[in-house]
Amino acid sequence: MRGVDASLRGLGRAPFAGRLAPTLRIVVPLTVLVVLLLVLPHSGDWFHAWLPELSHPLYTRTSFAALTLTHVWLVAAATAASVILGLGLGILATRPSGRSLLPTVRAVAVIGQTFPPVAVLAIAVPLLGFGSAPILLALVLYGVLPVLGQSVAGLEQVPASTLHAADGMGYGRWRRLWEVELPLAAGPIMAGVRLSAIVSVGTATIGSAVGATTLGSPIIEGLIGNNPAYVVQGALLVGALALSVDGLLGAVERRFQRVR
Amino acid sequence: MSETRTRGEALPILVLSTTALLAAAFLPMLHVAPNRLLAGVPTSPHTAWLFAAWGVAIVCGAVRFRGHGVVVASIAWLAVAGLPWLAGMSADTILDGAARTTRVQLASGFWVTWLAAALLLLDRLRGTRVVVQAGAWGAALAVVVALTVTGAFDGLALVREWQAQRAPFAQAVVVHVRLAAITLVLAVLTGGPLGWWVWRRRRADGIVVGLLAFLQTVPSLALFALLIGPFAWLARAWPTLGALGFGGTGAAPAVFALWLYALLPVVRYTVAGLGAVPEDARDAARGLGMSRLQVLWRVQLPLGWPVLLAGLRIVAVQTIGLAVVAALIGAGGLGRFVFLGIGQGAIDMVLLGTLGIIVLALTVDLAFQVVLALTERRA
Repeated sequence: MRGVDASLRGLGRAPFAGRLAPTLRIVVPLTVLVVLLLVLPHSGDWFHAWLPELSHPLYTRTSFAALTLTHVWLVAAATAASVILGLGLGILATRPSGRSLLPTVRAVAVIGQTFPPVAVLAIAVPLLGFGSAPILLALVLYGVLPVLGQSVAGLEQVPASTLHAADGMGYGRWRRLWEVELPLAAGPIMAGVRLSAIVSVGTATIGSAVGATTLGSPIIEGLIGNNPAYVVQGALLVGALALSVDGLLGAVERRFQRVR
Repeated sequence: MSETRTRGEALPILVLSTTALLAAAFLPMLHVAPNRLLAGVPTSPHTAWLFAAWGVAIVCGAVRFRGHGVVVASIAWLAVAGLPWLAGMSADTILDGAARTTRVQLASGFWVTWLAAALLLLDRLRGTRVVVQAGAWGAALAVVVALTVTGAFDGLALVREWQAQRAPFAQAVVVHVRLAAITLVLAVLTGGPLGWWVWRRRRADGIVVGLLAFLQTVPSLALFALLIGPFAWLARAWPTLGALGFGGTGAAPAVFALWLYALLPVVRYTVAGLGAVPEDARDAARGLGMSRLQVLWRVQLPLGWPVLLAGLRIVAVQTIGLAVVAALIGAGGLGRFVFLGIGQGAIDMVLLGTLGIIVLALTVDLAFQVVLALTERRA
C-alpha cells in the first residue's frame, strides 16, 4: 500500500530535467524562426544576386509575419479541437461501459491514417467553401488520430493494481480518472498532442494547394510559377516553425513524462 | 455490473446505426451536377428505405432479443453491398432523359452511411472465425465487382471519370507503386544495416535517431521543395546523371525525400526487432560456435522478423501516403490526379485519385497483415 501511495503522490511532479540538449531544441529553431521573420522581408537583393533571372525574387503577396500567424493560428485551433475530441473519445473507449467501442475506434484510426491529407482538403472545400473552415476540418480530422491513439495507449497501460488501489482508497470514478489515470497517462497523451501539432503544421502547408493562405503559399506558388526563391523562403520558414513547435511541445511532454 | 456490461456491448450498434440514420436523414446521398466542373444540387432518393433499415438496427441494439446480432450484421452487410447498387440505380433514373453532360456524384451522405455500415460489419464479425469474416467481406466485394462488370454503376460520375481516364489512371497506379517500392527497398537496404549498427553501439542511438526524427519533423512539402535546388545542381554538374532522368523535379528527389522519411521507422523497428531476441538465445548460438554474422542471420533475423515486418507495414502505408505530395514536384503517381483535379475544380478526379490511394494503402496493409499472420503461425 505504501508503494502505491508514494506512486500516487509523486504524480505529475516529475522534475524537469534541465539538460542542455532539450533546451537547445527549443531555442535554436525559435531563434532561427525569429531571425528569418526579421531578415527575409529585406533579403530581396540576396535572392536577386543568387537567382538573377527572376523578376520577383521576394514573395510579397502577403507578409511572412502574417503567413506565419495564420499558420500558427490554424495549427493551434486544430490541435485544441483535436485534444478535446481525441482525449474525450479515448477516455470514453477505455471506460467499462464504452470498452466495446474500442475496436471500432482503433479501426477508424487505422483507416483514417491511409487517407491522404490533400484529398481530405480537396473534398472538404466543395462541402464547406473556400477559406479556413475546410482546412480546419481536415486538420482536426487528422489531428484527432494521434491524440486518440496515444490516449487509449496511455490509459490502457495504467497498471490494474494501481486502479484497484485507488478503488480501495475510496476514490470515485471521476476522481480516479482525474487524479490517477490521467496523470499516469500524461506522458503518452502529450506525445500524441505533439505528433498531432506536427502533422497539422505539415497539413496546413499542403492546405495552400486548395487556396488556404499559409506558409505553404510561397512554396506552392513557387512550384507553379517556377520561382525557386519563393519555394526556399516558404520552406525555410515552415521548417523552422515545425521544429519550434516540436521543441516546445517536446519540452512539455518530458515535463509530463512519469518518473518511476 | 452485468447490466452495464450488456448495455456496453450494444454500444457500437447504437452509435454506428444512429450515425448512419442521421447521415441518411440530413446529408445528401447524391449531387446532380450539370457537368463535370460545376457544383451539384443535392438529392436523396431511397431515404425512407434507409431510414427503416437503420431504425431496425437501432431497435435491435436497444432491445437485444435473441439473434439480434445476426439481424444487425445482415443489415450492415446489405448496406455495404447494396448502397452502391442503390446509388447506381438512382443515377440511371436521374440520367434518363437528362443532358449528356449531367453528372451524378456520390455525396457526403453516401460516404458516411457506407463507412458506418462497413465499421458496423467489422464490429459484428469480430470474434467470428476467419472463414466467416473472409466469406462476408469476399461476398460483399464479389457483389460490387459483379455490379461494376454488368455496368450497374456506369451512371455514377466517379465511374465515368475512371472510364474516361482509364489509361492514365492505370499508369498513375503503376508509378505510385513503383515510387513506394523503390523507396521501401532502399530504406530496408540502408536502414537495416544502420539499425544493426545503432543496436550494436547503443551510444549512437541518440545521434542517429535524433537526426532522423529531426528530418521527420520537417513538413513533406517543404522537404520535397527544398530538394529541387540541390538535385537540379547535381544534374547540371554531372550530365550523365541528367541523361538518366535525374533532375530537380521528377522521381529522383521524390524517392530521396521518401527514403529520408522511411529511414526513421526502419531503423527504429530494426533496433526493436534485434532487441526482441533474448540474450540467452544469442549466447547459446555463440556457444555453439556461430560467428556474429551467423547469429544475426540464423538467430536474430528469424526471431526478430515479426517486429521488422510490423515496422515495414507502417513504413509502406506511410510512404504510399507521402508519395501523394511528390506529385507536386513532378514525380507523378496518384497524387497527380488529386492535384490536377484541384486545379481544374473537378471533384470526381480528386475522388478517383483519393480512392485509388486509399485502396492501395489498405491493400498493402492487408497484404502485410496476412504475411505477418502466416509467419507467426509458422513460428
